[in-house]
Amino acid sequence: MRREAPQKLGDYGPLFFPAMMLIVFFVVPFATMIAVSFFQRQQGGFYVPAFELANYQRFLSLFFANVLGFSLMLAVTVAICCVVLAVPFTYLLTRMARKVQIVWLVALLSVLSLSEVIIGFAWSTLFSRTAGITNLLVMAGIMSEAKALLPSFGAVLTGMVYQAFPYTVLVLYPALVRLDPTLTEAARTLGASPVKAFFTVVIPALRNTITATLIMVFIFALGSYLLPQLLGRPQHWTLSVLITDQAIYQSNMPFAAAMAVFLVLVTLGLVALTVLAGRKGDAA
Amino acid sequence: MTEFLKQTISRRAVLGAGLAGASMLAMPSILRAQDKSLKVGVYGGYFKDSFDKNIFPDFTKATGIAIEAVAEPTGEAWLVQLDQAAKAGQAPADVSMMSQVAMLKGQATELWAPLDMAKIPNGANLIDRFVNKYPDGRVAGIGAVSWYITLVTNTDVYKEAPTSWQAFWDPANADKLGLLALVSNSFLLEVTAKTFFGGTNALDTEEGIQKAFDKLAEVKPNVRLWYRDEAQFEQALKSGEIPMGQYYHDVTGLAAADGNPVRSTFPKEGGIQDSGCWALSRASTKVEEAHVFIDYMSQPSIQALLSRKVGTSPTVKRELTDLTDAEFAAVSSDIEPIIPRYDLYQTKSDWLNQKWTELIVG
Repeated sequence: MRREAPQKLGDYGPLFFPAMMLIVFFVVPFATMIAVSFFQRQQGGFYVPAFELANYQRFLSLFFANVLGFSLMLAVTVAICCVVLAVPFTYLLTRMARKVQIVWLVALLSVLSLSEVIIGFAWSTLFSRTAGITNLLVMAGIMSEAKALLPSFGAVLTGMVYQAFPYTVLVLYPALVRLDPTLTEAARTLGASPVKAFFTVVIPALRNTITATLIMVFIFALGSYLLPQLLGRPQHWTLSVLITDQAIYQSNMPFAAAMAVFLVLVTLGLVALTVLAGRKGDAA
Repeated sequence: MTEFLKQTISRRAVLGAGLAGASMLAMPSILRAQDKSLKVGVYGGYFKDSFDKNIFPDFTKATGIAIEAVAEPTGEAWLVQLDQAAKAGQAPADVSMMSQVAMLKGQATELWAPLDMAKIPNGANLIDRFVNKYPDGRVAGIGAVSWYITLVTNTDVYKEAPTSWQAFWDPANADKLGLLALVSNSFLLEVTAKTFFGGTNALDTEEGIQKAFDKLAEVKPNVRLWYRDEAQFEQALKSGEIPMGQYYHDVTGLAAADGNPVRSTFPKEGGIQDSGCWALSRASTKVEEAHVFIDYMSQPSIQALLSRKVGTSPTVKRELTDLTDAEFAAVSSDIEPIIPRYDLYQTKSDWLNQKWTELIVG
């Protein structure tokens, strides 16, 4: 099928609606946020329109650099864990009977219907000393006494991976379903074991999909602010937690906006780097 | 006081309110019959429900002034809305219940209309600190309700009730405490100053505050949970997962009455007493009605009713109320309370917040 290039203004018509939506729900709020980040904070009051860099200056400290570093590290770890778990899982899922696939997908979708609050409280119960999973291990005689597994980094990571896993599978699923089965068959007839075929044929064929999924989960995890509070110690709080503190509890909108703008810029920078690195890899 | 944070408006309530609203519109005569009315902002959820049920109908009966209760959000969002609206000459609520820090912030922009104490004879019943004044002596607000944050423990884990806030510093309590996560709602600087440095006056200077921060840093290894969400700590306290901490006296009392193994103790240094004020927006045209309302709410009998029905501590002198010892103990204590240094959270809020965050996160 050949596509005609748009000839007159009317041909761009179908684009107006999404463009409007993008402007109203993304460009305008984001521009407002950037504007507010330069406003002047009035301690003990609100803020007044101004142009000053004080909010960014306050952010440029070792303390906030550490928090930002931790947030990025946590999001990357969550993304890697999710993809490492989800790629083999989704691959095996696509090889199953249609009915089994549907059951799994419905189960995964139902996890999406849980709010972050419910996920957080559920895991905090599961990891608790008084009612948690360690009690089962004690009953089974594996552990001598029940202990609390939270607050800890492991608890935060588990909660966030659990939350992001269904998204990961749903993003990977279409690509894996469409994956040409003759590729693996060819590998098998040439003598590769199933595991070897998976790593040498399936994974390289999905490289772009996997990169895109990593980026998506990374960004998804970066915005998390509830699970680190519910499952972690203060040193596991992400930058998003501190942004919330400033915006809601300190009513310091300019500083909160400056932190948010900074977080967005760093995120975009990292995504751009990843995409660039991918391009280079293609060219080589 | 804190129950309302956990309540959400049920679907039924929304439907009910919608129906009631629709029938009001269908019968405008009812609206016209009540020509005297007042819009009152109270925290949404449990608080508003309790006031709607126990307080407002009697007020309308006694004074002929109809009350339209407005659910206000907690935190400072409501202050922002009132301030923006007042600039445009609007008052989303005539009288609002405001936190002490919000009162000070509103004073900075002259948001609160000065109250005439001559029209509030019951104002004489109030404990002095519940009359909120502008620096030049004009009255900005009148204490509406107050509540305590105390030392709470799980009775299964701690057979003996602790007697002092010093328990937080006891190395034996490593990894056992649940404390509020923000400098401006935990009031732990004040607790530290009162417990170790002779009183909250020790926080007058930055050196004094620094000393309190240094002392507070010693508590860190004992803290298991820094909570923003009250339900999170309450649950952990009941189960014994986190057996000690600071929490609201009234809610802990309710939990104990339900048979949970928890207790609230007023330490010998005093519980932390926080409070809310009635304040009148300068954009309001219902000045007369507002004074009548605030006067009505300052009656000892109404304050006693609030203690019994809502669980708040009276803002009027105890001897004026008819509360029994047991009723009074359920909401308050005769031990001199620790009064938060609200002024600091206005003048030094960013500095305090930064030091605090670095203390607990770093």
